[in-house]
Amino acid sequence: MTQSATVTAAKPAPVLDPKLIVPFVQSVRNVFQTMVNLETTVERPHVKCDPCPSYDVSGIIGFHGDVVGNVVISFQMSAATKLVAAFAGMELEPGTADFTDAVGELANMIAGGAKKHLGNAASITVPSVIIGKGHQIARLSDVPCLVIPCTTAAGDFAVEINVKKLNGSK
Amino acid sequence: MKILLVDDSRTMRNIQKKSLETLGTVEFAEAGDGVEALTVIAGGAPFDLMLVDWNMPNMNGLSLVTKVREKDKTTPIIMVTTEAEKQRVIDAIKAGVNNYVIKPFTPPQLIEKVNATLAKSKAAVAVAA
Repeated sequence: MTQSATVTAAKPAPVLDPKLIVPFVQSVRNVFQTMVNLETTVERPHVKCDPCPSYDVSGIIGFHGDVVGNVVISFQMSAATKLVAAFAGMELEPGTADFTDAVGELANMIAGGAKKHLGNAASITVPSVIIGKGHQIARLSDVPCLVIPCTTAAGDFAVEINVKKLNGSK
Repeated sequence: MKILLVDDSRTMRNIQKKSLETLGTVEFAEAGDGVEALTVIAGGAPFDLMLVDWNMPNMNGLSLVTKVREKDKTTPIIMVTTEAEKQRVIDAIKAGVNNYVIKPFTPPQLIEKVNATLAKSKAAVAVAA
């Protein structure tokens, strides 16, 4: 009698695409330097599988066309409050329409600034904003989520990139 | 001077207003998308300048500019957007945009583009007259 054994192939570890890192790092630095006169320090990028973003305030931009997926700018609440105040030129109460509008516009400029390096026919959606502890983001399951931790004098945030180029796009 | 600001972000419209108030006496009108902008345009006296975002709900900036240019060939329009690819700039110019500002921008950068656009527009009107 022969015995059969089921061998499950180990899932390959997600791979970082270094080509994604530089455009977003440059864009983040450019947006905060230009709009709020703040320097951004970028920590070592890493891959995550957790559907929860790093912090409580998420500015989300969807990609479609040559590039699909989404990018989340995930802010510490205190950092979001300070950055939004500097950006809008006034204190804005978290959770108000003006606060979410400002978070969304920051996300829009960061993703938009990086987009030009990702594909000629890539398009972005208008921003969505989610605020709250423990919220989750639906992500593409076949590509890793790349996290770029960022620090400013106003606090911390992370750029979480979960996009892929479609076949045939350059 | 009457300026129409079209952007789905109120924060961005406020930033543009603060920057452009330094130009002198400016009367601003605002719209949050292309459809709203067409209503504003239809409802009053012509504007001296329009600033138009690209990515907006309901009707994007490119479609808005195309619609506006069907009837109005002269009002200067500046696209203010994160869309920085060369092809997008070409598409916007083909649609009838007079100038292009890429977000993020500083107030002096925006004012410089606005002044250049208005000066070119006045020169064009003088030549036509």
